[in-house]
Amino acid sequence: MPDVLSAPLVVEFPFTRSLGPVQSAFLTGLRERVVLGVRTTDDRTLVPPVEYDPVTAEEIRDLVEVTPTGTVTTWAWNHAPRRGQPLTTPFAWVLVRLDGADTALLHALDAPGPDAVRTGMRVRVRWAEERTGAITDIACFEPYDGEAGEPGATGKSVPAGGHSGVFGDPITGIVAPARLDYTYSPGRAQSAYIEALSARRTVGERCPSCRKVYVPPRGACPTCGVATAEQVEVGPRGTVTTFCIVNIKAKNLDIEVPYVYAHIALDGADLALHARIGGIPYDQVRMGLRVAPVWTEGARYPDHYRPTGEPDAAYETYKELL
Amino acid sequence: MTSEEAPGPRDIAVVAFAQTDHRRTTAESSEVEMLMPVLHEVLARTGLKTSDIGFTCSGSSDYLAGRAFSFTLALDGVGAWPPISESHVEMDGAWALYEAWTKLLTGDADTALVYAYGKCSPGSVRDVLTRQLDPYYLAPLWPDAIALAALQAQALMDAGHTDEPALAAVGARSRTAATANPHAQLKGDVPQGDYVVRPLRTGDCPPVGDGAAAVILAAGERARQLCPRPAWIRGVDHRIEAHALGVRDLTDSPSARLAAENAGAFERPVDTAELHAPFTAQEVILRRALRLDDSVCVNPSGGALAANPVMAAGLIRIGEAAARIHRGASDRALAHATSGPCLQQNLVAVLEGEPR
Ligand SMILES: [Zn+2]
Repeated sequence: MPDVLSAPLVVEFPFTRSLGPVQSAFLTGLRERVVLGVRTTDDRTLVPPVEYDPVTAEEIRDLVEVTPTGTVTTWAWNHAPRRGQPLTTPFAWVLVRLDGADTALLHALDAPGPDAVRTGMRVRVRWAEERTGAITDIACFEPYDGEAGEPGATGKSVPAGGHSGVFGDPITGIVAPARLDYTYSPGRAQSAYIEALSARRTVGERCPSCRKVYVPPRGACPTCGVATAEQVEVGPRGTVTTFCIVNIKAKNLDIEVPYVYAHIALDGADLALHARIGGIPYDQVRMGLRVAPVWTEGARYPDHYRPTGEPDAAYETYKELL
Repeated sequence: MTSEEAPGPRDIAVVAFAQTDHRRTTAESSEVEMLMPVLHEVLARTGLKTSDIGFTCSGSSDYLAGRAFSFTLALDGVGAWPPISESHVEMDGAWALYEAWTKLLTGDADTALVYAYGKCSPGSVRDVLTRQLDPYYLAPLWPDAIALAALQAQALMDAGHTDEPALAAVGARSRTAATANPHAQLKGDVPQGDYVVRPLRTGDCPPVGDGAAAVILAAGERARQLCPRPAWIRGVDHRIEAHALGVRDLTDSPSARLAAENAGAFERPVDTAELHAPFTAQEVILRRALRLDDSVCVNPSGGALAANPVMAAGLIRIGEAAARIHRGASDRALAHATSGPCLQQNLVAVLEGEPR
């Protein structure tokens, strides 16, 4: 059995979301250093606010400003902050019930150590220097000795009842970047396939039950549901079973369009693999065309397949592989 | 149609269960390579072939291993061609079992294969699970799964329901029980260790590992043919709470209690409970919510604290409870599965064996 291959794999994506009216007001408010909650019909104030009552599912829109000070309802000391978390130095995760709110908000509390944190302690918002309309506009919470502060952390006077929740240039959407790091292992069958490719050999696996040869092998026969193990070298030549003409240039791909992408049944294989066809004008590629791989120096897989010049294969020889 | 002619609900049972040995890493196997032996084993226990199965349903998440569409590749291990009647949930396999149970109740099928797998080793599962959180207010802060469980544990301590030594005892009891479970990953004398996120220590957290499990369900007479003592499903229900942690009472699990009530768990005492509590404090919460006293044998398998292949660990609870009924070690068992942060969503199944 060859060594199992592994490689780093990073999955990264921007998670783009539109906002409802309540979320929009809340996140825009954070940008302006105003914390808004939403009032339910039974007169509870939810912070952070949601679009629908979590108990009754009623649409709720009654915004109310709360103060940027509050009380810790539970906490957990995080001595080793992880990527993306609010602080890079040890901190406490906290649920904070802001003064005027009936529910709690999750965030980080900047404190010197776990001995300085307890449930019931008073805290206040520390605003981020640069604010964009995101939950991270609250940089974190910090210990606070005073009583409930006044709404309006800016120190400016606020209208009775707090901010109306109407702002200029409201935020209508967020992008939450996500990144996850993996060590990818393709498993036994695919490791063997990739190992063989590095010696420019294409090796599939035969099903012990129906005798079909799968290339690339995935470790199991999808018809029989049993493990494949017997290795079978196939090709290098093969037959185009079907193809398409690509007319749109792919990002970061240095191939002139139009070009042909084809399913190729390698000689001895019972499953077609796919690859680009070169060395022939795109409009002359046809089903049954006989092809062979073209390798470039140092490549780990064929760059493309080119015509061999043999007569075309008869339809009957590959129709089961379409 | 008169009421006499209306068909009653069908009796459906778990008739077979199989699982892998759960291990820290299975880098030598792809998902299907890890899963296939379990599928073969569970089929062999009943003598059924893939083609005999009426409905197949699986639970898994591609995020765990970062492997797109792994659930479709996993189907290779079932022998899904020519096409079979099949479904998948991006959830723990316990919810796949719920779907299969529903399918059998309708009479559309008499047998079902349910499987689940989780490969946690390629990634960092505590970080991967942040991506299931609300993208507006939670996910941008990257609160990892252990941090959220720690907030819940502290709330439970503040409420006076537990303390650190009591939590350590939950972990110790689980790993001691796991010494009798050949599939468990973490067993025996395991040090309680340092804080991971205080108040949770290493011993309060589940091991990170890979594994798979499968069960077969069958209805009525078919179940009796396939298993000498079927584990009859007397009820299953699942309930969910609000996603935002700050609107919930983290010291209680009203959704688990409601699911148990609807599944009939409180109608008669159970002798066994398999609880899906990946963190020690969650077992304390569930015991209270599900009214399990000391007469109930809780997690004789060691539970998720002994092996936690994410997406399979809940299905394994149902499988373990059923297996105890199969071998006569239990007459009435409760099986529980959870999903989401801090026991957000809970499924409860009640299983019974016929009098011996
Ligand atoms: Zn086969």
